[in-house]
Amino acid sequence: MEAFLQQIFSGLANGGIYASVALALVMIYQSTHHINFAQGEMATFSTFIAWALMQAGWPYWAAFFVTIAISFAGGLLIQRIILKPVEKAPVLTNVIVFIGLLVIFNALAGWIFEHTIKAFPSPFPKDTILQTRYFNAHDFGSIGVMLCVLMALYAFLRFTPVGLAMRAAAQNPDSARLVGIRVSWMLAMGWGLAAAIGAVAGMMIAPVVYLDPNMMSGILLYGFAAALLGGIDNPWGAVIGGFIVGVLENLLGAYVIGTELKLTVALVLIVGTLTLKPNGLFGKVVVTRV
Amino acid sequence: MPKLLEVSKLCASYGATQVLYDVDFSLEAGHITAILGANGAGKTTTLRALCQTVRTSGSIQFEGQQLVGKATESVVRLGVAHVPDGRGTFTALSVEENLRLGAYARKDRAGVAADLEKMYQRFPRLKERRHQQAGTLSGGEQQMLAISRALMLSPRLLLLDEPSFGLAPLIVAEIFRIMRTINQEDKVSMLLVEQNASLALDLADHAYLLETGRVALSGPSAKIKSDESVRRAYLGY
Repeated sequence: MEAFLQQIFSGLANGGIYASVALALVMIYQSTHHINFAQGEMATFSTFIAWALMQAGWPYWAAFFVTIAISFAGGLLIQRIILKPVEKAPVLTNVIVFIGLLVIFNALAGWIFEHTIKAFPSPFPKDTILQTRYFNAHDFGSIGVMLCVLMALYAFLRFTPVGLAMRAAAQNPDSARLVGIRVSWMLAMGWGLAAAIGAVAGMMIAPVVYLDPNMMSGILLYGFAAALLGGIDNPWGAVIGGFIVGVLENLLGAYVIGTELKLTVALVLIVGTLTLKPNGLFGKVVVTRV
Repeated sequence: MPKLLEVSKLCASYGATQVLYDVDFSLEAGHITAILGANGAGKTTTLRALCQTVRTSGSIQFEGQQLVGKATESVVRLGVAHVPDGRGTFTALSVEENLRLGAYARKDRAGVAADLEKMYQRFPRLKERRHQQAGTLSGGEQQMLAISRALMLSPRLLLLDEPSFGLAPLIVAEIFRIMRTINQEDKVSMLLVEQNASLALDLADHAYLLETGRVALSGPSAKIKSDESVRRAYLGY
């Protein structure tokens, strides 16, 4: 029984990471209807930046927040420079660009920071009350951080004029232009936010899986499964989907199919969701009058 | 007196299909001007050309600024508000969020808050439904919302694309009455596109008649309205 609970709790912790990756995917999907395949590699690269800052002697939280800021700016720039020219291009063009970005970031990370596996510190010390029987301190902390990110994002989108403009631009770009919103910049903001959220996810998962250029490749798959399961146009769905995927993956891995086949869970979920319930569990139904 | 808007040799096209051919017209500040014409004459396209949401050439002078070649967002920021065909409501957002978005380009917070109150006074129905998802409003309420949203910009010029479309006559009468009030009280100049010619001519000071992308006729509304042959040939009533 204790082992079972432990599996659930560590599944929740992983779920938090998948949830933030899913959230990053949803941020971009909502406004462009594209899945950013490079999301994982971008997050890995951000994590390397944090690692480099800490190697240079920065304290953890300073490196953490500076990395988030750099990632936001980086995401914004990528949209402005690389994606803006293909904004109106067909989906396949965008997909190729995403794959290009994926390869570039993966190669850059390997080239600059080398392929050797690196330990990444956790900011949550082991000998505190966070460390309990079922939960280790890092699991607990990363869920907390993840919830903070979610709340901050929600507050931003819900209560600030720019957040409102982003939602408007995602929903009806033509009308958004007619009220003076610079829609293309809103897409850039979306990319910036996605990159920043991805950076948080990367820094939270790195202490668990260790840092190397391919760190996020499997996690992106789980994130994708989470986003689809929850409903790809629904941030809340993505988060809940993340936790479901995390727990399912752990339980099935431990008791049914074994750890070697864990990744299959993500793939089965993706195929299953798309065939049985394409809108996901919490996919939005928009009410409109004809 | 300088014109609010001076359009000359305006051409507009969707891809290879040209819709407007050398259209000339002008608007007086403070007036309501109507553009009439049959389906496909280019009425909606004329409004789109003013907002630069369609490819255009020629000249559009708005208070000394050339609009051709500007981004839509920049045209809007000069004070041109557009109530597009289909109303352009943000259906998944609330009524109040829609109104706030209308004022997105404005910086004066106090003015925005005052205008929001003013809209609610003018359209009490919107106040009742301020937290409701805009997509659930009735057609008439959505049209009121679309007009209020455009007014939240505190525009110099309001472009209206078929505000009567698909609405019951009573609602249409109410909306037109409110439009007249807005024109008189807030001194908002309007360019109105309408299928319902008699309604539009009652409201407007001046009218232009479009025929297959060209101006066929223009003049004070009273004159157009009383001209029997024009009425038969173009307005069909």
